[in-house]
Order: sequence, then structure tokens, then C-alpha cells
Amino acid sequence: MEKFKTIKSIAIPFDKVNVDTDQIIPKQFLKLVQKTGFGQYLFYDWRFEKDGKPRADFVLNNPKYRGSRILLTRDNFGCGSSREHATWALLDYGFTVIIAPSFADIFYNNCFKNGILPIKIDNKTLDMLFNNPSEIEVDLEKQTIKTNDMTITFEIENHRKKTLLEGLDDITITLQYEDKISQYEKKSQTV
Amino acid sequence: MPKTLLEKVWDSHVVVEQKDGPSLLYVDRHLVHEVTSPQAFDGLRMNKRKVRRPDLTFATVDHNVPTSDRSLPIIDQISANQIQVLETNCKNFGIQLFGIHSSNQGIVHVIGPELGITLPGTTIVCGDSHTSTHGAFGALAFGIGTSDVEHVLATQCLWMDRPKTFEIRVEGKRKNVHAITAKDIILSIIRQIGTAGGAGTIIEYRGQAITDLTLEQRMTICNMSIEGGARAGLIAPDEKTFRYLKGRRYVPKNYDECIDYWQKNLKSDAGAHFDKSITLHADKMAPQVSWGTNPAMTISVTDAIPFPEEYAKGNPDEEKAAIKALQYMDLKPGTRITDISLDRVFIGSCTNSRLEDLIEASRVIKEKKVSPKVRAMVVPGSQLVKKQAEELGLDKIFKDANFEWRESGCSMCLGMNPDILAAGERCASTSNRNFEGRQGAGGRTHLVSPVMAAAAAISGRFVDVRELDLN
Repeated sequence: MEKFKTIKSIAIPFDKVNVDTDQIIPKQFLKLVQKTGFGQYLFYDWRFEKDGKPRADFVLNNPKYRGSRILLTRDNFGCGSSREHATWALLDYGFTVIIAPSFADIFYNNCFKNGILPIKIDNKTLDMLFNNPSEIEVDLEKQTIKTNDMTITFEIENHRKKTLLEGLDDITITLQYEDKISQYEKKSQTV
Repeated sequence: MPKTLLEKVWDSHVVVEQKDGPSLLYVDRHLVHEVTSPQAFDGLRMNKRKVRRPDLTFATVDHNVPTSDRSLPIIDQISANQIQVLETNCKNFGIQLFGIHSSNQGIVHVIGPELGITLPGTTIVCGDSHTSTHGAFGALAFGIGTSDVEHVLATQCLWMDRPKTFEIRVEGKRKNVHAITAKDIILSIIRQIGTAGGAGTIIEYRGQAITDLTLEQRMTICNMSIEGGARAGLIAPDEKTFRYLKGRRYVPKNYDECIDYWQKNLKSDAGAHFDKSITLHADKMAPQVSWGTNPAMTISVTDAIPFPEEYAKGNPDEEKAAIKALQYMDLKPGTRITDISLDRVFIGSCTNSRLEDLIEASRVIKEKKVSPKVRAMVVPGSQLVKKQAEELGLDKIFKDANFEWRESGCSMCLGMNPDILAAGERCASTSNRNFEGRQGAGGRTHLVSPVMAAAAAISGRFVDVRELDLN
């Protein structure tokens, strides 16, 4: 996984609660057997008309936000299905930061496995970002979000921060505990 | 110190504990299906890793398999490829696969329990959010993403932060056990706590109305924990649990000894502390019908569609969501649920496709016909459920009523196979998610119990099943 670097980008205000992973990546695109190429299908049913033309009223299609790497959204983002394809689609489209008051548990976990930083901030602060869509800078090391006129700090679990900053691979870390795993297996052969 | 059931199962599976950070948990059973596993196996290959415990790993194909004649080739080449890839992966890594022609093929959360792979007090994971289903047996079971699927394949372990505990008590007795079902209990719960109410927690369902349920009904409850935002939901195992599992294919040889252990260890101690607690009353519950585009947007069958401000209770984001949901569902506030007519009926999914679900649904349709306006289908959860139902003659009852009787799989719960809604079609569905487009782009889903779905198929609109003779 690539190391997470400071991101500077315009943020897309995506004003919707309870965005589920079925919307992030609809099921017809889950049949692929690789991790790449899902960006073109991101938010497919909301982003495109039936004939495949981009919907003018969908925020991702607004030319102002082209190339954005930061998504602002609302409570419970990523709820529903565990499909990691949702994370792959967001990443492939270009997003590396998602800012919301809360995330669904499985989605939140999936983000860190793919180098996406989900940031939880309170509704009041988020409203300020929504109301002034502009370029912002996200610095994970310092745990700050900087806009033209303010600096917001955010909380994140230390181990998750480390995973992103160092681009660590969980499996390599876990395999260092091989002894402990074997010991556990020996001791618990009941079921 | 008194402990909750979750804490007991958790503590007995910790391999590594850290002061500041997640614990490494051992995984007793890993269930695998075709959609969320290919990239995980690729990862193993790329890093020249093996599956650590193929003997604890079980696979089946369920998400995109067609539910039509299995002797015919699969027309959708991309689906066929995904199924083929799983077959190859299982062969190469030595994993037991219940493939498309196996007499044990079925929805992963239906076959786990029916084969005795699911056991009390175990940890179970699968790349599928409805893994919470297995919590009905007192297992800690939850869905994981594909990166974690790879992690479990390679290490048989998973890093996880200790979750908070959420006690949901459902007290009292249901007034009519055929009309008010486990589905109505769980929809009532989600309606109360909201789709994120259980976020960060694992639920333990308790109380008389829960212990009164059969194991298949308990599975319906635990299955939809994720719709309330909780990654898992558990119910303490009891005599019914032990009876249900006895003699099944993969239960341990020393089963009776296991029962002793489970009886002693698998319940929350008196006075155990839960981080959160609520109580509902089953005697006040009615059949539930969802009206919107998430499972919390649900009301009783006797209610009218709410006004957005009434639903939102002062939350502007929820109000916007309700306005959009009503538009998508093409419904007007004030409309009575029983005035909504339907185009499709789907009885199936890991929530409601087990034998008891089919028996309950068949009560309503015996010697009746599906409304000519409606296309109705039954998709048994597994080949075994299908066989058992056929032995009871249920297939004949459904077919005589003009239901389609199909092969097992996830089917129209998520429409990855050819079973989908057309845009604008309205469906009474026994599945778990009424998200926009879930059952087909533009399709409109109303979540209900099997008996409500069956009655809606006959009438062509929703009816209050309490008014029917269900005995």
C-alpha cells in the first residue's frame, strides 16, 4: 500500500446521509475479479442517465470539482454491504480522504486497508466546510484540515494513523506473531 | 467481574492483546463466496502465501448464480467466470467448496448452520455483511472486506478493536405468532434505533420474545443486525440451539461434551454491564412494511406513509432523505400501506429463505392464486431447504398458486444474477435491504415477512395478515 501523503484539493460537498455501498458501487459491477478499474462505475446510478450521459445535477459531474480528492459527506457513510469494491471505486476515482460525522463500521475499516483516510468531524464543523467549498489541505501527520481561514484538528486511532503513514501491510505484521497463533491453536482444540 | 456473552466469546479468542490498539482475534470458521474472494486469493498468490487453515475454510457460490435450470450453461459470461475462478481457487488452495451442482449449495448463511459449520461460542467471518446471521447460535459472527478475507486466509486471525456492547431486550409475547414474525421484531428494532443505532457495537438480543423464537427465526433477527449498524448480533444458545445442531455434518465428534461447556459458559452473567440498553415489547408489535429506501423507514401495516417532517423528528438531513425516498418510491404521505399495489413478490434471501419461512408463507396461498398483476417467486435458501420443502409438498402449493419455484441462491435480494426488478416495478420482498436500485436499477422494494409477502402476492396489494386465518 502507498504511504499516505498530505493532500491538497478542492473538496466535493456530497450532501446526503446514509449513503450505502450499493449506491457507491452498484451490484452489476461486482463481478470483476480484480481491484482496479472500478472508478468509472462509482455512484453509477446517481452519476449517469439511463443512456449513459452524465447527470448534470449530480455533484461529481460539476466541472468545478473535477480532480477532487476529498469527499465531504454526511452521517453513516458506507452503510450496508461489506463490498470492498466501494473503497476500490472511490480510490480509483481519485478520492483519498472522506470527511463525515460518522461512517459504517465495515466501510471504515476497509478504507484503511486501501490507503483512504476517513475523517470523523462534528456536524457543526462539517457544515462550515460544506458552506465554503474551497481548496483544503489534509495533513494526517499533524491531524489537521486547513482551509483558507481556519485549521480544524481531528482525532484518529494511533495504530490506524501509523498504518496509513507507513503504508503498512497488515498480513506482514500479523505473520510476525506466528508463534502466538500456533500456541493459540495448540491450546484451543476444543471446537 | 460479571461478563457479557460477547466479552466471553471475545476473551476466549484473543491471540495478541495490545495496550493501545486492536486485538488479534482467532477465527474459528471462515466462509467464502465468489464475489468478495477473487482479489483475496490473488493477493495470496502475489505474495506466495498459503491458506493457513483450509480445514476451517468453507466456500460456496451464491451471489450471482442463476436460479433457473442448473443443467443449462450460465449465460452471463462474467458471472460464469467469477464462479469458475472460485472453483479454481478452492482447488488450488485445498478448500472445501459446495459448488453450483452440489446438493449442499446455497446461500452461505443458510448452509453454515444447516451443515453444523456454525457453532456456539465460535468466531465466524465471511466477506459478507450478513454474516451476523450466525450470531443466532451464540457465535461472534461478522462481515469483513476483501482485504480482511485475504488476511484471514493467510493468518486465520483478524485485528479488531474491542466493540461496545448493546443489549436489546424484547419482552412479552407476540399476540399472533404466525402474523407477527421475527422479521417484524427486527424491523421494529431497526425502526427504533435507526440504521446507525448499533454502529460501533455488537448487539445481544435478549428477553422472552427472543428466547421464544426458533433457531431459524433467531437467524432472521441476527441477520439484520447490520441494518441497524451493528456488525454482529448474538443470542445466547439454549436447549433449542443444541437440538438444532445435533447430528449435523460438521459438528464436533464430542458434541455432548461441547454442550456442557456451552451451557456453562455462553450466557451473559447477571449484572454484566452493557454500554447501551433498550427494551421493546413484542405484545405491542404489528406486521411491518418498509416504505422508504433504508430499513429504518418502516411502519406498521395499519399506518399511513409518514410526512417527511414527521419521520425526521427535527433532523434536517433525515427530512431531505425522506423527501428523496418518497420520490424514488413514488409514494405520497398519507397513503395507507394497504392501498399500495405490487408488481412483484420475492420470497428468499439469507433473511427469510429457510424451511420455516416457506412453510409460513405457504399457509397463506394454499388453494389460492397469485394476483394476475403480480409476478411472484420463491427462491429457497439452499438445495437442502429446497429438497426438504419438496418433501413436504410446498413446491406444489407454490406452483399451483402460480409462484415460480426456483433454485437456491441470493437471487433478487441483490440482483447480481438475472433475477432483477425492472425500473419502476414495486416489490414486496422478504430480503433485508430496500436501498435504491438494490433489486434492480429503479426498482422499488418494500421489506416484509414471508407471510406478508405471500398475502400480498395473492391480493396484489399489502394486507394485514392478522386478518387472515393462519392456523
